[in-house]
Amino acid sequence: MARVVVDVMLKPEILDPQGKAVHGAFGRLGFDGVADVRQGKRFEITLDGEATDERVAEIRKAADTLLANPVIEDYTLHVENGQEDAQ
Amino acid sequence: MKIGVVTFPGSLDDADARRAAAVAGAEAVALWHGDADLHGVDAVVLPGGFSYGDYLRAGAISRFAPVMETIITRAGQGMPVLGICNGFQVLCESHLLPGALIKNHHRKFVCKDQALRIENNSTAWTSDYDANHEITIVLKNQDGSFVADEATLDRLEGEGRVVARYLGNPNGSYRDIAGISNERGNVVGLMPHPEHAVETLTGPTTDGLGFFTSVLKAVVAS
Repeated sequence: MARVVVDVMLKPEILDPQGKAVHGAFGRLGFDGVADVRQGKRFEITLDGEATDERVAEIRKAADTLLANPVIEDYTLHVENGQEDAQ
Repeated sequence: MKIGVVTFPGSLDDADARRAAAVAGAEAVALWHGDADLHGVDAVVLPGGFSYGDYLRAGAISRFAPVMETIITRAGQGMPVLGICNGFQVLCESHLLPGALIKNHHRKFVCKDQALRIENNSTAWTSDYDANHEITIVLKNQDGSFVADEATLDRLEGEGRVVARYLGNPNGSYRDIAGISNERGNVVGLMPHPEHAVETLTGPTTDGLGFFTSVLKAVVAS
């Protein structure tokens, strides 16, 4: 079974309050030298069978319509082989 | 005159919205997210709350509820639709309104009486207000910061589609925007809650009632 991974991030120009909160915690815990933290979302989508071009195109469509909001977010999509993934 | 109020899983303010519609003199009709039938209503309110737990993004999953497919079609034909708070988020996710709503810039939930200026009193939901009418209604949200790119903001301002602006920005919304409309003026999204300010017993004012009386006139006029 193949897995498609979609990583969603807020566009650079959109303020990320959650990332800011995490960045603040870095400082309080003594992790210095961090200029900025941005928080995103990762979706791991397991397919029933092979990651054919058609199936991946379908997942891309799902990313465009549901997983990411193009007004405020960008996403990247890649296919992972199940075996390589096991760790 | 029937105003439908949609209940999604996680809606909180549907009962108050129905009550506000009734106080204004309309027949309030409860609509269910899983039912695509609007049951003959003349206008629809998408209420506040945390539909589908705000999972993914606020309003992102609600936007694909069966009732929304009908509402999107009817809104395109001119039916008045008001999205309040979570309802505003659903309207943005539905692309009935531009922009998006993200977490408050200060990262805290905000709950307060909020002053606003009604800057467009020609929409289906604001005709009962005077030009630049200042009102105070309840604001309560987590994801209330309105954002859009500069070109979209300029277009909204240029076309008079900023319906309400905050007097004192409570959540980081770009250009102090509290509410916007579509080009036709039948679809309005508003972050603060007019339905909580229709009776002096429970609200800070009755300033919110105008949204509901306005739409009665808009429907009669059409």
